[in-house]
Amino acid sequence: MKITVTVNAADYTRDVEPRLLLIHFLRDDLGLTGSHWGCDTSNCGACVVWLNETPVKSCTVLAVMADGQRVNTVEGLATPARLDPVQEAFAACHGLQCGFCTPGMMMTARWLLDNNPDPTEAEVREAISGQVCRCTGYENIVKSVLWAARRESGGAGAVPGLRPGEGLTGEGLPRA
Amino acid sequence: MLRGSPGASPASSGPEPLPPETHPAPQAPSRALPGEGVTGEGLPRDLGGPRGDHSPGKVTAYGSLPRKEDARFIRGRGTFLDDIALPGMLHGAVLRSPLAHARILAVDASAARAHPKVVTVLTGEDLDRRGMAWLPTLFGDVQAVLATDKVRFQGQEIAFVVATDRYAARDALELITVDYEPLPPLIDARTALGPGAPLVREDLPGGNRVFDWNAGDKAATDAVFAAADVVVGCDMVYPRSHPAPLETCGAIAEYDQVGGRLTIWSTTQAPHAHRTLYTALTGLPEHKIRIVSPDLGGGFGAKVPIYPGYLCAIAAAMETGRPVKWVEDRSENLMSTAFARDYHMHGEIAATADGEILGLRARVLADHGAFNAAAQPSKYPAGFFHIFTGSYQTKAAYCEVTGVFTNKAPGGVAYSCSFRITEAVYLVERLTDMLARKLGLDPAALRMRNLLRPEQFPYTCPTGWQYDSGDYPRALRLALDMAGYDELRREQADRRARGEYMGIGLSFFTEAVGAGPRSHMDIMGLGMADGADLRVHPTGKAVLAISVQSQGQGHETTFAQLVAEELGLSADDVDVVHGDTDRTPFGLGTYGSRSTPVSGAAAVVAARKVRERARLVAAVMLEADAADLEWLDGKWRVKGDPDQALGIAEIARAAHSTLELPPGIEGHLDASAVYNPPNLTFPFGAYICVTDVDPGTGEVKVRRFIAVDDCGVRINPMIVEGQVHRGLADGIGIALMQAISFDEDGNCLSGSFMDYLLPTALECPSPELGMTVTPSPHHPVGAKGIGESATVGAPPAVVNSVVDALAPFGVTHADMPLTPANVWLAIQGRPRA
Repeated sequence: MKITVTVNAADYTRDVEPRLLLIHFLRDDLGLTGSHWGCDTSNCGACVVWLNETPVKSCTVLAVMADGQRVNTVEGLATPARLDPVQEAFAACHGLQCGFCTPGMMMTARWLLDNNPDPTEAEVREAISGQVCRCTGYENIVKSVLWAARRESGGAGAVPGLRPGEGLTGEGLPRA
Repeated sequence: MLRGSPGASPASSGPEPLPPETHPAPQAPSRALPGEGVTGEGLPRDLGGPRGDHSPGKVTAYGSLPRKEDARFIRGRGTFLDDIALPGMLHGAVLRSPLAHARILAVDASAARAHPKVVTVLTGEDLDRRGMAWLPTLFGDVQAVLATDKVRFQGQEIAFVVATDRYAARDALELITVDYEPLPPLIDARTALGPGAPLVREDLPGGNRVFDWNAGDKAATDAVFAAADVVVGCDMVYPRSHPAPLETCGAIAEYDQVGGRLTIWSTTQAPHAHRTLYTALTGLPEHKIRIVSPDLGGGFGAKVPIYPGYLCAIAAAMETGRPVKWVEDRSENLMSTAFARDYHMHGEIAATADGEILGLRARVLADHGAFNAAAQPSKYPAGFFHIFTGSYQTKAAYCEVTGVFTNKAPGGVAYSCSFRITEAVYLVERLTDMLARKLGLDPAALRMRNLLRPEQFPYTCPTGWQYDSGDYPRALRLALDMAGYDELRREQADRRARGEYMGIGLSFFTEAVGAGPRSHMDIMGLGMADGADLRVHPTGKAVLAISVQSQGQGHETTFAQLVAEELGLSADDVDVVHGDTDRTPFGLGTYGSRSTPVSGAAAVVAARKVRERARLVAAVMLEADAADLEWLDGKWRVKGDPDQALGIAEIARAAHSTLELPPGIEGHLDASAVYNPPNLTFPFGAYICVTDVDPGTGEVKVRRFIAVDDCGVRINPMIVEGQVHRGLADGIGIALMQAISFDEDGNCLSGSFMDYLLPTALECPSPELGMTVTPSPHHPVGAKGIGESATVGAPPAVVNSVVDALAPFGVTHADMPLTPANVWLAIQGRPRA
């Protein structure tokens, strides 16, 4: 089947098998390997991308279902000149170790902050509870999302005491 | 003011001297080691050292620097194995056995071979013709690559289809027919040595017995037990578990038929050891094999072994002349790659009536699955289990371990376990709690009484381990203080009076990591030393090549900091190369928390050699005698005239220049080192877990987790804390939900993430971390390993907490995983058998 998908604001037309999974379309057909495959059963969330601005697990979406739709992936988070605050936050708060779950986590975090700019810790935990990280125990992922929320609500000054190279575990942040 | 650690606050403890050097390191920095002292969250926090201050003249590379590797990961620009696509690449898929035990009568792949997109199909017979049907395991056994005689576990590899795309390869698996003659499976390890047990391995002489092994003094231990006031014993199971890194295993093999050169990209934690083993497997000479381990999406030990799929990809690449990729799916990962634990233990502890621990005994039945593929030092069939006296003084100890084959996937140590120290710590920490219950003593007080004292180090335990350094009471006091232990006990009493079930669980662990001295530690005859090559370019920028491979531990940052610290550079000035056998020196890889203790030490020794070479050049430049120079604040300086100083960058430029050097001084500054550790390092910690148990549903909620860790000097405290976070989540998962289980026919009941439960952000508490710093006396910078401490220490703290919560029901023990169902059964007095 011929499909056209708008990925990170660019249109891609490809001839695909009807059974092709969206994650494989993104990775193998388009070469966008930032989104990862991890489990096949929608449990791990390494494959989370946005379909029409809503996070989906792309291992359980067919590529043909994205025909004529908008998909956003981790590759579209940053501009060449500027990282998304969520990306900055994950690096500043040590929100990643192996980096395999990170793109999916960041896409969910970006969606959360777009819809809830000032989440509580419990709301952050709930938002990422459909995704698995085997490295961080989630602690620094949660801190990263809260850090990004602060950054966005008032710029860098809203994150007291945090400068590059300091306070990287987010110690300065109050526990929600 | 810091509580609970009299005289040990960061301010008052003062700088301790550098540990004695085990390698030449003239003019070592004379300042305090970073991070010495004691701190806990909620308590005054001062890391006591520099945090990334790069101002000129400072030697301050340690500290919580952001990670260099994050720049690519946060942009989705990491390169994991499945991200690699080579021109003309084919895709492989493995046909696996649906049965746990069956003779293979025939494999018919003709229909699969006729599939239009299939390029080739390999069966056991095909591999047998090439001498590749069996591969040596890392523990001296063999393992079938593709089954030739029978299948021995569900999920075992039978055939390998190679097609032009990954979907077609899967399709063609359906076209292969296999005739099986089902055999009775051996699933319960406890029946393996009984009469009439199905025989798993006809190819070996020992029946289902893998090994019998013991450690300690049996007669002395029996005598201690006979004379003891109290003996407490318990049967306990450490269930089979799987590390389930988020990235599964895979490989891409490419064979250059003209040059005879084989390149293997694979998810390996030990690229160099794999290269050596592949020479035996392929018949190719070692210099014609290159292993590339790209970014790894977690490993935790599961990526140490060589898996049949890797060999299939190699065989297919050599046959087709095209690159072949194989990546397993999640079910294959959980069903066939290395498991961990699966220890059936009986432990006993002997003590005086007032709570002095006298001795420990343990009898263990180890389920090794169908092939003995434990990836651990070859002289230790039960790994380091015999460190099971833990952190306590004992007069005598004895353990015996019997390993058996069963019809389950092979493996054994692959899950952040420090070669079975998880099992050992779990045993002694459960027994200690049971002893406290029996004697009516507080478990914290009982531990404090029996902990080794600081003045006893270095301490040789009854089974022969020499613990390098420790201040155990200080760590336990800090943990109790951070927890508010007495207040928690009061709260627990109040809640119990109201019919609420709150538990407080402790564990104190000692780890032995950084294997190891090669006189007695090897894997397949390869001594466990690691190399480091350090090049310093003319402008003073450096590249460090190391033998160990990160799976998320941040080596590119920590190792740069290690070198920068020694050379007075910024960590930004040092790049780290790893994961490519063509570009890095030989070494055994990353597992068993050995990167910093072994490879990190090699990096430091290489950097100190560079510094010495620089000294000779600096002496020429300063027209001084080399003996009159001292290394101070990151520069070689003339003693008594410190303004006459040269940094590494200036010296490097001169060392590569036209400067005339005296005979015997080569120029350039590059250096290499091989580090053969004199001993393991012994990190330790005190953990406290607070749980609430719903007696109606059996649901356990982890309310708080306090973790005080001592891993010696912390190079990058942020990364160290991240490692602890990970291990705590793992420990909670293992204690509460993660178990690979089987039905009586050998069907794996945990073959997907729907069935093999992993903790999410909702189950993991926000941990409260503290630390003490007791430098290792033999490591060049006083560091110890940290990667597995929390995985070792957390499970007993969780189980002790749940059992403590259930004390009003008379529960004294319940086996992991403490799922709601299993907790409920324990409450009913019917613990799971």
